[in-house]
Amino acid sequence: MKTPFSMLVTVAWRNLWRNHRRSLIMLAAIAIGLWGMIWMTALMRGMVDQMIDDAISTLSGHIQIHAPGYLDDPSVEHTIAAVADNPELDKLLHSPEVTAWSQRIRVPAVIRSERDVYGITLVGIDPQRERGLSFIADSVVSGHYLESVNDQHVLLGRKLVEQLETKLGRRIVILSQDPDNNIAERGFRIGGIYDTDLQATETTYVFAGIETVRRMLKMGSGVSEISLLGHDYRNVDGLAAEVRAVAGTAETSTWLQLDPYMASMLDVMDGFIIVWFCIIFLALSFGLINTLLMAVFERTREIGLIQALGMPPGNILLMVLVESSIMLLIGLLAGNLLSWLTLLPIRDGIDISAVAQGLEWAGMSSILLPAVKTSDVLLANGIVLVLGVLASLFPAWRASRKVPVEAITRIWQ
Amino acid sequence: MISISNTTATLAWRNLWRHSRRTLLTIAAMVFADTLLVFMLGLQFGQYRMMIDNSLRVFTGQMQVQARGYLDEPHMFRSIPAADKLATSIRNNTRLDAVAVRGYGFALVSSGARTIGAQISGVDPQHEPLVSSIPGLVKQGRYLQGSNSNELVVGSTLARNLKVSPGDELTLLGSGRDGSIAATVAPVVGIFESGNRDLDRQMLSMPLDTFREVFSMGDHAHSIIIGGERSQADSIAAGARAALPADGELVLLSWEKLLPGLKQAIQADFTSAWFMYLVLIVLVAFGVLNTMLMSVLERTHEFGILLALGVRHGRLGRMIITESAVLAAIGLLLGMLAGGMVIWYFRVHGFTYPGMEAMGERFNIPSVLHPEVSLRSLLPGPLAVFIATLLASLYPIWHMRKLRPIEALQTI
Repeated sequence: MKTPFSMLVTVAWRNLWRNHRRSLIMLAAIAIGLWGMIWMTALMRGMVDQMIDDAISTLSGHIQIHAPGYLDDPSVEHTIAAVADNPELDKLLHSPEVTAWSQRIRVPAVIRSERDVYGITLVGIDPQRERGLSFIADSVVSGHYLESVNDQHVLLGRKLVEQLETKLGRRIVILSQDPDNNIAERGFRIGGIYDTDLQATETTYVFAGIETVRRMLKMGSGVSEISLLGHDYRNVDGLAAEVRAVAGTAETSTWLQLDPYMASMLDVMDGFIIVWFCIIFLALSFGLINTLLMAVFERTREIGLIQALGMPPGNILLMVLVESSIMLLIGLLAGNLLSWLTLLPIRDGIDISAVAQGLEWAGMSSILLPAVKTSDVLLANGIVLVLGVLASLFPAWRASRKVPVEAITRIWQ
Repeated sequence: MISISNTTATLAWRNLWRHSRRTLLTIAAMVFADTLLVFMLGLQFGQYRMMIDNSLRVFTGQMQVQARGYLDEPHMFRSIPAADKLATSIRNNTRLDAVAVRGYGFALVSSGARTIGAQISGVDPQHEPLVSSIPGLVKQGRYLQGSNSNELVVGSTLARNLKVSPGDELTLLGSGRDGSIAATVAPVVGIFESGNRDLDRQMLSMPLDTFREVFSMGDHAHSIIIGGERSQADSIAAGARAALPADGELVLLSWEKLLPGLKQAIQADFTSAWFMYLVLIVLVAFGVLNTMLMSVLERTHEFGILLALGVRHGRLGRMIITESAVLAAIGLLLGMLAGGMVIWYFRVHGFTYPGMEAMGERFNIPSVLHPEVSLRSLLPGPLAVFIATLLASLYPIWHMRKLRPIEALQTI
């Protein structure tokens, strides 16, 4: 005899609510489990996204081109041809694959005020091109951003200004080395002060117009690095290969190669999320199996009866599976809803500045923006549903294997 | 009274095993959560301890004496007068040899090929090895000898950028404590590789007395580094504080103050970990709640008989809570046992995961972790699960508090 599936669903649905307390507790457990998965993942993803964003906007970009040897020894000797002198690269940089690019001169230097001296990195930039590529243009808090490649002012980080005991409009002296190993020295007026989440950035980088720096260092037409942004930070290898093909002898590296720590963070995060999902699911599965086993045991007589009436064991198995699937689906629905409701009020970020200094140490900023990725949500739901149905196979199999006569005559269990 | 509670306990124990599979599954859930919590906590504590120890060992020491305000704005004139004498009295007070005096300065360092700005530290070659691992990390040449010899030890990246090796000379040009010009020429005798990017990239050490002479420091210094065991930090701090002058111009700074980022990174990590643990514990509690509720509901008829025989609600409640207490206690013991075995195994064999190497480099920890086996990693997780389990059994008790014998007897 073939039992229509719709009837199985009806029976399963009614079975579920015969003991509504038990079912509700299980539903709550599933919902909370899913909420824990999605919430935690959203926060962690948000944290890593932010770290990567910060790393990329702190002069890294998605892809960088340097002279061979520059990364090991970032001196004025290692330069590459400017974009204008490499027509093929110029063409690629203006293609739609590249969303922003710029070239820089970047050398170690020493900054001196009336009060103190510090070692810094002097970066000559093209102010218009840096907009949208790096943090500088959006981080100036007093004074003004550089106007042109010939701007005579410098931009200093807030913390460095404090340490030098100087202020906006004052003069400072910057010393570095020219290609002939002579000390190059030049006075600058502080035209602007920038503020970033990371103090180390503020004390390291001093920005000036690229042509001004070029004149100060008596350099030819070369630059230290070319930095560019593609469309997706996770997917940079294709673009990197194209850049490498036109960059000649210069070294092309992706941000993943330049910052192996960040790159490994991405992998660790993906691995962690899977492990976390599985842990939560395991904790859930004990309860799920237990609840279903109970539901099956207390119905031993009844199952024996319907079997005796001609219901094939396969259908009984299916009935229990449908029961658990309905429970899982409702639980997941509630869990997704709960996640959405709790993530809604913090979608603009939560201020975690209480522990910000520690986060700074790890390269993070103090506003945490949760990042809900569709793939993570689907994975969480998928794991709970698929593994949940698998876990209920055991109770279902137990139910289908009962011998009718024994089952009917047994009162207890 | 005692005999009654004995009966209660016996009843509770037997009730638990009426559904042995259910009880075992519930215990398994607790043991699973306990083991996981113990393992994670042990790993965390082990990792934190390594992070702290390894960070402090390189250069910072357990605590430092500095002039007030030097930590925030390290100006040369904010120095400690008569620093050697103070260090000696700290050594006497704490009975600790690991007390070293340092001076810090900044100079333009030229090698002929290159000129780079670098941090100069003047160190006491006799005591420095007791508070810092840098003297032991000299990869080429040797460490400094003698407090007034004219020689330099350079960080590996800095040496590479300056293109110098042991035997080459460097010219230092900076300004002294009084604002005068500080200049000297000295040979490089060694190159160290600490693994700490900043130190390797920008630090250069010279003997303290030479440093004082070059930078016009007199008998001053900028920091007195105190090493020793972290477990004895309190008594060491008390001894050191007693040696400080009463005017408050000098302050004793703990590692938490010296490296606030490290402390807070640990706190931040711990907070997010507890969120995970909480979710896990709540899930297990729900499982237990369901088990206890089932075992109460299916006994409604039986409870009706007991009530009809004159047993009071209170006693039924005690029996149920005993049941869950026994359940929870078994979970607690087995959980701690299983968790303890897991962390003991990894303590001996080490634990690592992919990506750990790059993380280790960043946070100054080795790429193999050894979890900490201690009460603070063994107890909190299982105890939290235990308490959550007891709390979960309150609902079934509350649910049957108004059970009437007749009605209960009518349910089948």
